Amino acid sequence: MSAATTTAVPGPGGGEHVPGPGGVSSRLGWALADSWTMTRRELAHWARQPVAVLVNLAFPVMLLLMFTYLVGGGRGVDGDPTDFLVPGMLALTMAFGLEATMLAVTQDLGKGVIDRFRSMPMVPGAVLVGRSAADMLQSVVSLAVMTGVGYAVGWRWRSGAAAALGAVGLLLLLRFAMLWVGIHLAMVAGKPEMVAAVQILVWPVGFLSNVFATPASMPGWLGAVVEWNPMSATATAVRELFGNPGGATGSWAAEHAQLLAVLWPVALIAVFFPLAVRKFAALSR
Amino acid sequence: MTEAIVMDGVHKRYGEKRALDGLDLAVAGGTVHGVLGPNGAGKTTAVRIMSTLLRHDAGRVTVSGLDVRERAGEVRRRIGLLGQHAAVDEQLGGRQNLEMFGRLYHLGARRAGSRADELLERFGLADTGRKAVKQYSGGMRRRLDLAASLITDPDVLFLDEPTTGLDPRGRTEVWDAVRSLVGGGTTVLLTTQYLDEADQLADRISLIDHGRAVAEGTPDELKARVGGDRIDVVLRDAARLTEAAALIGGEGLALDPDRRLIGAPAPDRMAALTRTVRVLAEAGIEAEDIAVRRPTLDEVFLSLTGRPAEERRSEKAEVAA
Repeated sequence: MSAATTTAVPGPGGGEHVPGPGGVSSRLGWALADSWTMTRRELAHWARQPVAVLVNLAFPVMLLLMFTYLVGGGRGVDGDPTDFLVPGMLALTMAFGLEATMLAVTQDLGKGVIDRFRSMPMVPGAVLVGRSAADMLQSVVSLAVMTGVGYAVGWRWRSGAAAALGAVGLLLLLRFAMLWVGIHLAMVAGKPEMVAAVQILVWPVGFLSNVFATPASMPGWLGAVVEWNPMSATATAVRELFGNPGGATGSWAAEHAQLLAVLWPVALIAVFFPLAVRKFAALSR
Repeated sequence: MTEAIVMDGVHKRYGEKRALDGLDLAVAGGTVHGVLGPNGAGKTTAVRIMSTLLRHDAGRVTVSGLDVRERAGEVRRRIGLLGQHAAVDEQLGGRQNLEMFGRLYHLGARRAGSRADELLERFGLADTGRKAVKQYSGGMRRRLDLAASLITDPDVLFLDEPTTGLDPRGRTEVWDAVRSLVGGGTTVLLTTQYLDEADQLADRISLIDHGRAVAEGTPDELKARVGGDRIDVVLRDAARLTEAAALIGGEGLALDPDRRLIGAPAPDRMAALTRTVRVLAEAGIEAEDIAVRRPTLDEVFLSLTGRPAEERRSEKAEVAA
């Protein structure tokens, strides 16, 4: 801990007073230290619940295997169906991360521990930073597991390392946007029962996308809805960057998928990040 | 003596509901102050405002001389809070919790660890090992919560209904822990629904109702205003209730024929008991039960506000808001 100038005077408690942050640099140091402490807290939760962690990692893998072998997703697309399906499943996994974030925030808010955090001299946003750091870390691990399983079932990326890294970047950007949507929804909805409602609503949104089938195979109006789904933009962009077949439809949205895969998440973040932060600060009203 | 906590005409509304309606409170440094009132009186709202969790609409609140709205950060470095619900991470162990809070107070990693060990030892939780807090008993959880509130030896400690929901043993544990703090110079503000709890722990008591202070004084002063202890007599034969009541005498007699019960003031406790037993025995009236007890919160209310405490069921309204 760096040069924190003490502003506190010894009070009647006579105990060791907590120093306050001094200048801008130590303020930043405090923010980082608090955020790290809150991230460690989430990691400690994982260490205590290894089964839950494994289930969360296994669920998208199960979906991937189910759609590969049972449902037969990606058929009717040029080339290997898994080349079409795997990038889509990666985008779906990122988008469904919304539920995990929402559930974790809802559970936290329902407990008294948030009150203790808020009555302490910690940087207020650290709770949210800890949440996002842990969820992003989980998503990186999840992506690694999914691409590993994808490779095992026959998926290959057929592009350079830079393009592949770009694909991973777009996937994590979508996850980051869903993170702030999830935090905001959790604070608005508040109750675990509401999470169940969102979990149900997430499915139609997930299927109204090009994750499992190309919009070319859908009725025109449905195809248009599907193509403008943010998840579809990410899926198409990721397919392009991995050099996988995209089931080209020739529409504007499909042609500009990489642009949309950046704009959609950025727009969601621009709306929900400030909303979530304001909502968190407004817990004191 | 300087005042550690001042609330001056504090108002807080939730929509139409006035949670605090001009609450005044002054707590001298180094004392234990009890805030006593029924559910919905505004106790929790007051504590949440003093501990910077909630912003008040009007009035002035200072803790350790610092305005809680203007200088919340500095206030937070000087206070400890034990809320109604265990404010610890239930998925983690006791030591993990205390170490985490120590880090958030920026004690440094090593000091946070050693402070955690000290506190676990002090509150008899040293042998809990890796056990998650959700497996603790209610009393253990509260003691851990209290330990977490004391990581920095706060100047002011807020205890919001610290024993609500605990069994008698857990209650005694928490009382003992609170008593051990007194004398260290810490100012303690304690809210409770139980007169005996305030009586056991507090130097002074504020009685609040409908978001306003209705009485303030030492426990003895307040009890004197209520009329002191009561004696309850349950007769075997309801038919002799009036006769027995006349023999016992005194002002403020309460008769309950359904329960064959006579309630009478007993300011002199044992003398009243002996006298009652004697007059009933001489008249040949059989009693099933005779007990001397402290006035209840309802009786305090009846005496100080002239009406019963009616809002006992609106428990969640205040917490949920």
